[in-house]
Amino acid sequence: MHQPIHALTDAYRRGDLTPTAVAEDYLARISALDGKVGAYLTVVREQALAAARESELRWRAGTPRGPLDGAPVALKDVLCTAGVRTTAGSKMLERFVPPYDATTVERLRAAGAVVLGKTNMDEFAMGSSTEHSAFHPTRNPWDLARVPGGSSGGSAAAVAGGLAAGSYGSDTGGSIRQPAAFCGVVGMKPTYGRVSRYGLIALASSLDQIGPFAQDVTDTALLLAAVAGYDRRDATSIQAPVPDYAAELSKGVAGLTLGLPDEYFIDGMDPDVERAVRQAIEVLKGLGARIERVSLPTTQHSLAAYYVILPAEASSNLARYDGVKYGLRIAGRDLIEMQSRTRAAGFGAEVKRRIMLGTYALSAGYYDAYYGKAQSVRTLVRREFAAAFARVDLIVAPTTPNVAFKHGEKEDPLSMYLNDVFTIPGNLSGIPGVSVPCGFNASGLPIGLQMLGRPLDEARVLRAAYAYEQATTWRSRRPDLS
Amino acid sequence: MTTYETVIGLEVHAQLSTRSKMFCGCPTTFGARPNTQTCPVCLGMPGVLPVVNRRAVEFGIRTALAFGCRVNDACRFARKHYYYPDMPKNYQISQYEEPLAEDGSLEVDVEGGARAIGIQRLHLEEDVGKLLHEGTLETAQASLVDFNRSGVALMETVSRPELSSPEEAAAYLRAFRAVVIFLGVCDGNMEEGSLRCDANISIRPRGSGALGTKVEIKNLNSFRNVQRALEFEERRQAQALDAGERIVQETRLWDADRGYTRSMRSKEFAHDYRYFPEPDLVPLRIDRRWVEEIRAALPELPRVWRQRAVAEYGLPPYDAEVLTQSRALVDYYEAALREWGPAPGARRERPKTLSNWIMSELLRVLPGDDERAISTSPIPPRHLVGLLQLIENATISGKIAKDVFQKMFVSGEDARTIVERDGLTQVADEGALVQVIDSVMAANPKAIEDYRRGKKEAKGALVGQVMKATRGKANPALVNRLLEDKLSQT
Repeated sequence: MHQPIHALTDAYRRGDLTPTAVAEDYLARISALDGKVGAYLTVVREQALAAARESELRWRAGTPRGPLDGAPVALKDVLCTAGVRTTAGSKMLERFVPPYDATTVERLRAAGAVVLGKTNMDEFAMGSSTEHSAFHPTRNPWDLARVPGGSSGGSAAAVAGGLAAGSYGSDTGGSIRQPAAFCGVVGMKPTYGRVSRYGLIALASSLDQIGPFAQDVTDTALLLAAVAGYDRRDATSIQAPVPDYAAELSKGVAGLTLGLPDEYFIDGMDPDVERAVRQAIEVLKGLGARIERVSLPTTQHSLAAYYVILPAEASSNLARYDGVKYGLRIAGRDLIEMQSRTRAAGFGAEVKRRIMLGTYALSAGYYDAYYGKAQSVRTLVRREFAAAFARVDLIVAPTTPNVAFKHGEKEDPLSMYLNDVFTIPGNLSGIPGVSVPCGFNASGLPIGLQMLGRPLDEARVLRAAYAYEQATTWRSRRPDLS
Repeated sequence: MTTYETVIGLEVHAQLSTRSKMFCGCPTTFGARPNTQTCPVCLGMPGVLPVVNRRAVEFGIRTALAFGCRVNDACRFARKHYYYPDMPKNYQISQYEEPLAEDGSLEVDVEGGARAIGIQRLHLEEDVGKLLHEGTLETAQASLVDFNRSGVALMETVSRPELSSPEEAAAYLRAFRAVVIFLGVCDGNMEEGSLRCDANISIRPRGSGALGTKVEIKNLNSFRNVQRALEFEERRQAQALDAGERIVQETRLWDADRGYTRSMRSKEFAHDYRYFPEPDLVPLRIDRRWVEEIRAALPELPRVWRQRAVAEYGLPPYDAEVLTQSRALVDYYEAALREWGPAPGARRERPKTLSNWIMSELLRVLPGDDERAISTSPIPPRHLVGLLQLIENATISGKIAKDVFQKMFVSGEDARTIVERDGLTQVADEGALVQVIDSVMAANPKAIEDYRRGKKEAKGALVGQVMKATRGKANPALVNRLLEDKLSQT
């Protein structure tokens, strides 16, 4: 039963499988195996079974709601779910139960998807390893001593470990693509504004974007289509029709020009990663794509700009957690003491670090030198991509410089931040990007190939990823958790 | 002793009369039960996003145009950060570097004429909730928060420091209030906090070019308090300078009960607001065509209308002032005047008669500054004119008309219906009146004697008796003429 969603729904249609049986199987796997992985923070067993039974009735009546009806999916615990606690991986929201569904969740329920539970993450999506969850770390199903990446590590590990058929995460600087690469699954960050952020607990509002994790590119297309599109509750969401991504997948890459950026092959990167990516490019060439070198020199400043903009916006977004209205409250003699104690106890070290950085960057007298300057860099990054996309259709690069690292290996925050060096430019410029498995290193750890496209050109990004995926067999390899 | 001159600038916060809040769909009704007009957005729940209320932007543009401001092609919202429990996100969505509109002016009537006071900027923002302390702020053991007001649309208008006295400041605020009420963008209710004012005041030796150190005064919630607080502060600063002290730049709170300003702890209010552009909202592009549509629909402003009413209708300035307390009242007046039309010949008493009736009768039963109450008056302009026409053609007397007015107000019927049903038509039949006069004269020989002895006021008593006998229906002019005739016959 551990197969892609499109295969499950084919089986529902034929009557070979039922959504209830599949949901029960996934719930049983979670009970048996998630103790090792730690992908979930909350499992909503009864709700999932109820949704599966309704889906089953629809399939039996021949009236399914679409390609996700009965699909067992997991949600990163940063997406608000009405009546189900949503923690953002933080003590601050350990017992927070939202009174409303995020737009994404609403659309998934309307599509008939079966939500299995909420997945683990770095606290408030700050991190690249899911070690910074306030509750427990998540482990990489390929090697339990290693991290699944982050911050959407729970969602990536759930799909890799067969604990969900598909899942959703959020990507602010690589938080979908990097864990997808580390866990050997497909992960996509759509164009900024393609998917409504309403109900996504904000990390950095101008960078955050929701996207899917899947076992293959076809599912990625289906999972994206179900949640994409304008939402009047999100003023930054884009009013543009949503193409039928799945229908365009088989158009191939013949005739497309793929750009290979010099700056994405750097000193100190894992040679296995470089080799796998260069081999993947040969495969694409063999499929008829033209390869052209491009230069994105501002990439080297992206990380610095990102670590000003992100903490600045995060420090603002996290100001609301003060013990007054919801979430954790530690009593104090007066208001100031109550708020100070609450924030001291509720936030972890990485969150506090970024709040301090951001508060500093926005302070009077420093704003121009930090936030203003970082925004200028961001404009340059955006222009540089626009110039490159005038010549090439897609940009192809490694998702990360390295494979999954060991728990506790990156104690120094700076070395952790460097993990996102290839994914951050995509967020700064708002363009869509996918990470698709492109091989394994000598120890059997997955490697990800990143493909970036023009704004709103998800269809072409997915089409190239699909062509590559169909020409290779990486997706047939699965981690063994038993 | 040095003589000083005063420099004042005002920041006025006006709550916009939009039905829903600035960034969510919650209603804005005043006085609802605490925390019943809230949603995840105005409670600052995790994950929610703001969406701009188009009507609030329209109201902002309307006001900006009335002040002659430049409406910027694009404006932007910004986050203003400070921790306070009545503000759910611990930042306020406001506008900072790119406001909706800039550079206008407001005509203010001051001693010796009118002055245009510069308006520096006008921007939109959201209101905060309200704290209710159990006991006084200093001794409260607990505080409660009501978020009903959280997220209500506010318009902040900052004047240039061009007001030169507390009286001028109060006059500015009055003129401001008249304009926003007239535009229908704010109800102007200061007691309910729809209009709030902070002032910046400094003094300098007369003739000095440089500005003195300014002090900000908060909590000025009535015209009277604006003037009193600024007068107090003017004196306090002059005394300090005379004593050789320096003025400290600070925020002071006006204590209306005790009649003085006191320093708010500077530590608590020395904010670094850490403004940055609100990433959840895209910059607002203002369509020029929209601006021109709003401009074309602008009503005549109170000042302009008053000038015209005095010049064209011959109204006394006082009447014009009373009638401009709301847009609805001016509309009422204009509608009635149109209905009535010009008086025959060159006589111009109709505009004044109308304003008399509105001021003495209508405004006795309806609050003139309540747009809704006036525009839904049980006596519409057409009915009032119907009543005045009955007086003009002598069908009823002015006295009877006042009673008819009361009946019209209660029943909503027109004047003619009431007059005919209740038989209130004036007795204009000479034969009938002569009979009444004869019997009144027969019953009052003393009054007749007094009159003939030269005590002319005795006639008034007789007129009164005749009116009483006819229950007010007699035509007073006719009664007078007939009585005079009788009295002169001996």
